[in-house]
Amino acid sequence: MAINWFKYSAPSTFYGLAGRLVPWFAWPAALLFCIGLYVGFFVAPSDVVQGEAYRIIFIHVPASILSMFIYLIMAGYAALGLIFNTRLSAMMATALAPTGALFALISLWTGALWGKPMWGAWWVWDARLTSELILLFLYLGFIALQASIDDPRRADRAGALLAIVGSVNVPIIYFSVKWWNTLHQGSTIKFTGTSMHIAMQQAMFTMLLACWLYVIAVSLVRVRSIILERERNNQWVTELAEVKR
Amino acid sequence: MSWAEFFAMKGYGFYIWGSYGVTLLVLLIEVALVRHKRKITLQQLRQMHAAGDEE
Repeated sequence: MAINWFKYSAPSTFYGLAGRLVPWFAWPAALLFCIGLYVGFFVAPSDVVQGEAYRIIFIHVPASILSMFIYLIMAGYAALGLIFNTRLSAMMATALAPTGALFALISLWTGALWGKPMWGAWWVWDARLTSELILLFLYLGFIALQASIDDPRRADRAGALLAIVGSVNVPIIYFSVKWWNTLHQGSTIKFTGTSMHIAMQQAMFTMLLACWLYVIAVSLVRVRSIILERERNNQWVTELAEVKR
Repeated sequence: MSWAEFFAMKGYGFYIWGSYGVTLLVLLIEVALVRHKRKITLQQLRQMHAAGDEE
């Protein structure tokens, strides 16, 4: 079957495709958030050690996982843009950065509110927490660097270098609980199995999926605006129905 | 279990609702921002378009 994948790497075709895809991600995301929260609060039992406080896990873990994944995807797109000089991949990297920063912030915020009742401290300079804070700064640095360069193609290249170099931080966050003695607990879900109650797992994975779909929907809307801005002098933009109106 | 008990979360209510409340708030703000950005971008393009037609 011959599918022309490169067809959708052109901003003009991707713009329309992205617009059609948004509702298919946004509505399932909203639905899964509701299901995940219902299972997390009404089906999943209390934790033996942490009582009710553990319920922060259903947002803390998905937000943390995504803050790292989004960074790798952003760096991947940035690298593609740098190597092949494709316009769309650089725009995708720019579109992902604010959402990634937001999830890093949610991860730190919910972590602080979980740390206080469990450890007795909002914040500790522990390996896991500090490396996640650096991740937030990397996102903010990427956004600020791109915003400070007027020429979009140069901004893409400078941002791409920062994103690629900064990606070394992601494995550091992930392995920090193994490499150093930290206050942060290790992973409960391992490749070898888990001690977690089935309803807790269901709630956490439903929330993770909901967050994924949310990220895709929001980034697609954002990248469409970026495409319009950057391609504003092209014929196809001026011929769009929403512009002609 | 009453609703009051549910929201109290056995004393952890502040931490739990503080987590979920702020998360919901920032996600709603982000959705509003991307929609606003799209509206502004389209407005600017229409203005550019209109200015181009007059010439």
